[in-house]
Amino acid sequence: MIQAIQLIIIRDPALMQIVAVSLRVTGTALLFSTLVGIPLGSWLGLTRFLGRRLVIALLYTGMGFPPVVVGLFVYLMLSRSGPLGSLELSLIPRLFTVNAMVVAQVIISFPLVAGFTMAAVMGVDPNLRQQVLSLGATNLQATLAILMEARLGVIVSIIAGFGSIISEVGAVMMVGGNIESATRVLTTAIVLETSKGNFDLAMALGIILLALSFLANVMMLRLQGRAFEP
Amino acid sequence: MNNVVYHLEKVSKAYGSREVLRVGFLKIQQGEIFGIVGPSGAGKSTLLRLLDFLESPTSGQLHFTNCYSSNGSRAPLDVRRRVTTVFQRPVLLNTSVYGNVAYGLKIRGDKEVRRKVEGALEQVGLLDMATERARFLSGGEAQRVALARAMVIEPEVLLLDEPTANLDPYNVGLIEDIVADLNRERGTTIVLVTHNVFQAKRLAQRAALLLEGKVVEVAPVQDFFEAPRDPRTAAFVRGEMVY
Repeated sequence: MIQAIQLIIIRDPALMQIVAVSLRVTGTALLFSTLVGIPLGSWLGLTRFLGRRLVIALLYTGMGFPPVVVGLFVYLMLSRSGPLGSLELSLIPRLFTVNAMVVAQVIISFPLVAGFTMAAVMGVDPNLRQQVLSLGATNLQATLAILMEARLGVIVSIIAGFGSIISEVGAVMMVGGNIESATRVLTTAIVLETSKGNFDLAMALGIILLALSFLANVMMLRLQGRAFEP
Repeated sequence: MNNVVYHLEKVSKAYGSREVLRVGFLKIQQGEIFGIVGPSGAGKSTLLRLLDFLESPTSGQLHFTNCYSSNGSRAPLDVRRRVTTVFQRPVLLNTSVYGNVAYGLKIRGDKEVRRKVEGALEQVGLLDMATERARFLSGGEAQRVALARAMVIEPEVLLLDEPTANLDPYNVGLIEDIVADLNRERGTTIVLVTHNVFQAKRLAQRAALLLEGKVVEVAPVQDFFEAPRDPRTAAFVRGEMVY
């Protein structure tokens, strides 16, 4: 505990680097998960089509997907002999880079964002859509009105997506490689320091991870704002 | 044709194989209050959804003024925005009373939101509740908010779907007065769907009886109630079952 505070106060450069990589990976992954997950969840919640149940079943499976399996999958895809890695396109990230970690984390978190958004949207009174359309809303405006009504659940979906990746270790370890001052994040650093027997440092990193997670959640709760009033 | 708002020719609406509406001919005039009465399940709400362009007829032609005829696909936005509905059970947005009334103006990018919203709230007697949360309103207040959010966009046609069912007499009186004023002062065409024949008698200039998806009789309201041509209309206005 004391060591954690010391490390923070002296702004230990190695620590700051690890925190920065953690936030960058998780923040970028969360941004993409939200951009994919909220439209996908709204679409699944508001439309009926053939095969919808299958898509939802796949999504629910994705919500409980073990991160190490996602890590293995992304590893195999991106490795030099893998189907995507062998293409050597500039858009496809290389293994053991920050971008590869982002890809893995997007796959882990977008089903959570989409699944919770879908549930939240389905909880909105189905008559609302007809009534805002009657008031002259376009389809997009009607969907936005429904998302606004479901905002409590939509923000929970983002929080769930965030929680699933800030604390995730298996996938980032496999596709990132825990390379010092490149792909080392808080969770992989904790694993490393624990295995080296540096329990004080590992604890310090753990406390910082918890504090970051807490701060991020407080910020997102502020977004919910008045939705929390009865 | 200039003063005709809606002109329906052989319009039918089916859900799957179940036909719920078949209207051979119906004209609704500009500036009138047109009452549609009938038992529940007669197709009244379906007819209103067609008139509001929320759904398209399965067959037949629905003409709106001179500018639109149904063609199977959805009516364009500028046509849809000339008509709105107040539903039996209003679903308000989870925001303030003001925010609910402002909604229709904001999605149109209106420049005078504040002035118009305050005017509409004043008309329905809820100006002092503008900052209240909509979900805490009573049934009558919620329906008046629904009426205000419809009036504020100044529709050419206002469709009312059982607007006062389940309301207390005080709120029924208020809403009927507001609707009558709107028709008189702005010339808004109003189509009122109700199972309450007395309400149709109080408000409408012409009335129609809808039974099992078909228009049984259309007549000026006095004839409709005092000298109906069809025995089923006579039975319905006397309050008898007509099935």
